Amino acid sequence: MHLLSLEPIRILLYLFGICAFVGANAAYLVLAERKGAGRIQRRPGPNEAGFGGILQPIADGIKLLAKQVMVPPGTDGLLFRAAPLLVMAPPLMCLAVIPFSDSLVARNLNVGLLFVFSFGSINVMALMLGGWASRNKFAIISAARVVSQSVAYEIPMLLVVITLLMVTGTMDLNEIIGQQAGGIWHWNLFKVWVNPLMPVTFIIFFICMLAETNRAPFDMAEAESELVAGAFTEYGGMGFGVFFMAEYANIVVGCSLATVLFLGGWQSPIGVLSGGLWGAGWFLLKMYGLIFTVIWIRWTFPRTQFYSLLNLSWKILIPVSLFTLLLTGAMMKLPLVFNQLF
Amino acid sequence: MSLKTAFLETLSGFKSLLTGMRITAREAAKPSITVQYPHETLKMPDRFRGHVKLVLDPETGKSRCTSCNLCVRACPSDCIEVEGIKREGEKKKSVTEYVLDFTTCSLCGSCVEACPSDAIEYSKDYNVVSLHREDFSRMDLVKKLEAEAKVWAEKNPEAAAKAKAASEAATAAAASAALAKATPAPSTSATPAAAAPSVTTSGVLPRGPEPKTT
Repeated sequence: MHLLSLEPIRILLYLFGICAFVGANAAYLVLAERKGAGRIQRRPGPNEAGFGGILQPIADGIKLLAKQVMVPPGTDGLLFRAAPLLVMAPPLMCLAVIPFSDSLVARNLNVGLLFVFSFGSINVMALMLGGWASRNKFAIISAARVVSQSVAYEIPMLLVVITLLMVTGTMDLNEIIGQQAGGIWHWNLFKVWVNPLMPVTFIIFFICMLAETNRAPFDMAEAESELVAGAFTEYGGMGFGVFFMAEYANIVVGCSLATVLFLGGWQSPIGVLSGGLWGAGWFLLKMYGLIFTVIWIRWTFPRTQFYSLLNLSWKILIPVSLFTLLLTGAMMKLPLVFNQLF
Repeated sequence: MSLKTAFLETLSGFKSLLTGMRITAREAAKPSITVQYPHETLKMPDRFRGHVKLVLDPETGKSRCTSCNLCVRACPSDCIEVEGIKREGEKKKSVTEYVLDFTTCSLCGSCVEACPSDAIEYSKDYNVVSLHREDFSRMDLVKKLEAEAKVWAEKNPEAAAKAKAASEAATAAAASAALAKATPAPSTSATPAAAAPSVTTSGVLPRGPEPKTT
């Protein structure tokens, strides 16, 4: 115990833990995705490898590892090789500040929210680099789409987060969760006395999260029917595998963030049984609930067209999030104004 | 577009999204409807046309074919060869060799139509596969029938025993009829069940297990 509390050892343990968590999640969320798709389409999904397909991710992993890593001629070799690393690093970094329970956090930064968003944006650059370095028209089209989509959706997402920041008054993720203690009605999602549009804010955040992680129905970046495999068309073997894992890692980060910001993080929804391992359990329950919704959405809605994707952002999400921002500001400051006047 | 219509349109659009999600959730709760192919197969419909095969007569456990060669003449592609012999104690000839050239057969069904004794029909084998061309260009239907008869005899032992007894009785009658001979020839017409060990399965057989309905 004394040894574990040493700072370098603690950091190393968290590093291994986060890597393992991301790897296991990426592997098994792929299986969950395929199983979910199967259920929704009324078929069993992968069920040959192991009991009910439980070993499918391992089989996929071995298959990907056994493949040759190709760098196509004429590509920018350095960028081409660096892109998978760059795309995997941000979600790993983001998980470092996300509190899984009151004590289970690798680094409790007081600017945790800012940290997550700054690293979350790098992901886009990595996809763009991968697409650009591939010297492939599909990859470049995809890279351009990723950038414009990401720019369009970063704005409403940040506006929503600013709204939330005005309410919480802190960027410390653990403190944000601490403010949501004491049952489901204390969650930011249901704080309608602060801002009656709080559930709408959550929906905007969730939609933006889907778009930022390039998930269906906003999977413009890897629109299979149009762009082969999007930005990672030229990647094979584990290069492709890392891009694929990064997508799921980003979903985990996005859903964790939504849980922290709106669903009370590790707080219990009933007010009791919180803290310690219970907290981690509640956190994972909420997070996987959101991930399940993400999968559910993917297999329900067809891919949007690109202009309607941008229309949604610029014509609906940004005005609405600006309005909620304004409303929250007004609701916070108006009482003070009244107090001064009368 | 006024602000109000835009707002209402957004709301109704969101509602339709929720409707879609409700539909997929409901579908997900229902049981799966796919057939797990290598483990289970669909029963072929009655009018499915596989390659032609010899019909197993449940009375005798043998083919009804009398080697009349009408199918050979009916075949527009000239892809059937039939040989038969007249066995002792039997009124008609019986088939010894029925070779189908499945590579030229167009499954027109003229042979099935022409057969006077209903001895051939379409099989329900849709997954015939082999590494050798001969298995298709010279598809031995008698061999297939023997393999089928073996399975049949295992499944219906009483019927097989009855058929064997009837066949032996016929042979015995034939032997007694041929009294002129000092030593009656031993029974040459063993039933498929008795001849089972000699049955080879080099013919094209379906790879999957027995088709069953799901």
